[in-house]
Amino acid sequence: MTAVADPTPATGGTRRRVPVPGKVLGLVLAAAAVVVVSVASVMVGAKPIPVGTVLDAFLSFDPSNNDHLFVRVERMPRTVIGLLAGAALGLAGTIMQAIARNPLADPGILGVNAGAALFIVMGINFFGLTALTGYVWFGFVGAAVASVLVYGVSSFGREGATPIKLALAGAAANAAFVSLTTGVLLTSTDAFEQFRFWQVGSLAGRNWDVVVSVLPFIGVGIVIALFSGGLLNTLTLGEDLAKALGQNVNRARIVSGLAVVLLCGAATAAVGPIAFVGLAVPQVARMVTGPDNRWLLPYSFLLAPILVVGADVLGRIIARPGEVQVGILTAAIGAPIFIALVRGRKVAEL
Amino acid sequence: MTAVTSSDPLVSLAQTRTRGRVRRISVAGGLAIAVVVVFALSLVVGAAVISLPDVLSTLAGQGSRNTNYVILELRLPRAVAGVLVGVAFGLSGAVFQNLLRNPLASPDVIGISTGASAAAVLGIVGLGLSGLAISGFALSGAVLTALAMYAIAWRNGVSGYRLILVGIGLNALLLSVISYFMTSAQVTNAQDALLWISGSLSGRNWNQVVPLLVSLVVLVPITMVLGRVLGMLGLGDDTARGLGVPVGRVRLGLIVAAVMLAGVATAATGPIAFIALLAGPIGRGLAKDGSPALLPSALVGALIVLVADFVAQHAPFLPNLPVGVLTGAIGAPYLLWQLARTNSGGQGG
Repeated sequence: MTAVADPTPATGGTRRRVPVPGKVLGLVLAAAAVVVVSVASVMVGAKPIPVGTVLDAFLSFDPSNNDHLFVRVERMPRTVIGLLAGAALGLAGTIMQAIARNPLADPGILGVNAGAALFIVMGINFFGLTALTGYVWFGFVGAAVASVLVYGVSSFGREGATPIKLALAGAAANAAFVSLTTGVLLTSTDAFEQFRFWQVGSLAGRNWDVVVSVLPFIGVGIVIALFSGGLLNTLTLGEDLAKALGQNVNRARIVSGLAVVLLCGAATAAVGPIAFVGLAVPQVARMVTGPDNRWLLPYSFLLAPILVVGADVLGRIIARPGEVQVGILTAAIGAPIFIALVRGRKVAEL
Repeated sequence: MTAVTSSDPLVSLAQTRTRGRVRRISVAGGLAIAVVVVFALSLVVGAAVISLPDVLSTLAGQGSRNTNYVILELRLPRAVAGVLVGVAFGLSGAVFQNLLRNPLASPDVIGISTGASAAAVLGIVGLGLSGLAISGFALSGAVLTALAMYAIAWRNGVSGYRLILVGIGLNALLLSVISYFMTSAQVTNAQDALLWISGSLSGRNWNQVVPLLVSLVVLVPITMVLGRVLGMLGLGDDTARGLGVPVGRVRLGLIVAAVMLAGVATAATGPIAFIALLAGPIGRGLAKDGSPALLPSALVGALIVLVADFVAQHAPFLPNLPVGVLTGAIGAPYLLWQLARTNSGGQGG
């Protein structure tokens, strides 16, 4: 996989390439930031809990201490879900942009989240689904159906799944799923009432059951995704060149597509269809790493959870004792930063 | 294309050109006929079926009091509104997709329609407005978003890529505004807002249709004329400049026209979902000549809206849904089928 000497396409627009030690340092800093926001996420909330108590809750857990219980039962799982969902969305977005070779490709626009959402809404409406743990299976099936549909439609014909056909098929599938979802919601006030909060994207009330139900999927997805950098690099070279280099293009798409299904289905079920993370984080990461997916994936893996958990922490601070949903704040915080970055320097194209 | 085995290259070139022209005319003609047929159907069919001769005589000013009311006040404005918004969204989407050289870059993705929706939701949920005030809010929302997008993306000129990225950033920001209002409002208010965001043709009367018609009479010819150079812009800025196209001014003109098209259409009916996104690729797929295909896209837009509204009103097994719910369900499967069928892909976008 790494036999290709330097698969980094020379077309990237970055003038100043960050050298390898700089990139490693960047990863270390990002990892440190992940730790900082995670600790903040456990401490901050309607009832602030000091660092010492948080540490005690880990090291010398006292079941009769309410603060300890609160840390373990409520804040911890919430933070873990935020980290998992963030990592999943960031990686899935990176993979989809590489497969479709389009900066607009992300699980939101290409229909994967919409597929998950449709199946969950049908679950709520027709099967009386109420528990978040039940959402996972429906979300998962929906994401899989959407991905198979999009990939299947675009791989008909002599040329197979070209990036442009993937992008269009994804957009079309998204349109169909959103239409059907809206149709169900407009006819059922009950389903709409339950769905509108989930749809925005929130970490509130996520417990260990939710963590346990999504962890296997996201875990496997993360492993596949992190090791698919070399495969994705050959895809971004373009199909002809990749084939000439002896790569199996379809296998690369299917392996990375599988990771997308695992990551998006589980993340969407756990926190709702948060769209902006998968779209923006890879762009920001690309400014540091350039177009090499072997660096891009670990950067997205670490940067996305910072955005998601950070937004969740802020949401609990600004609306205390209530909270603002994480889906609203990831966009409200992320978008201005994203716009400033896009404006501030020459953007690295795919 | 290369099946012609004529020994004279000039003859084969002339044949290819003629065939291209014939195809263009037949595609546009076929779509136009389909639009007219569905338009006529939507005047004829309803709670009471009015025969086509009666419809025609009513349009000619010789109807009874009853048909005058049903045709002229109920069905005609609704059908005309459908055609107009379809043309406007289809054209706007096709212009953006060609101009930014990205098949996903329709006004709903890069924030223009979302700006209109956010302003309208603010009006409905935040200020309790309704009717024409919402239309005004929506139009200003679209224009303000476009201005912000252009101003932010400006750095010694505007590159398509940066415009797209700024657009998706703004889109996300505006979506979060909508989400905030949708979750903080009463459920019935929020459902009203959802109805508006989905886009609806029900109850459209001449008050909304006439301003829309006047705007399109101005905007459509401008877009068509400017759009003639879209093919050259597609070759890249430098090449287009070399061919004598004033790139900066033409691009600005096209953006203004496309934003206004999306804005006035949204103001009239709400952002009927996905027409702008779907009409362009379908139009280009039908034209099959790699051209921007503005005319086919506009007609496809009108056709999708008319068919979706017809189904929404008359399908026996469905509750009365707003047209925007069905445009995606009708346009998307067709695009998927078209993609699956295309043998020589890559031209689809």
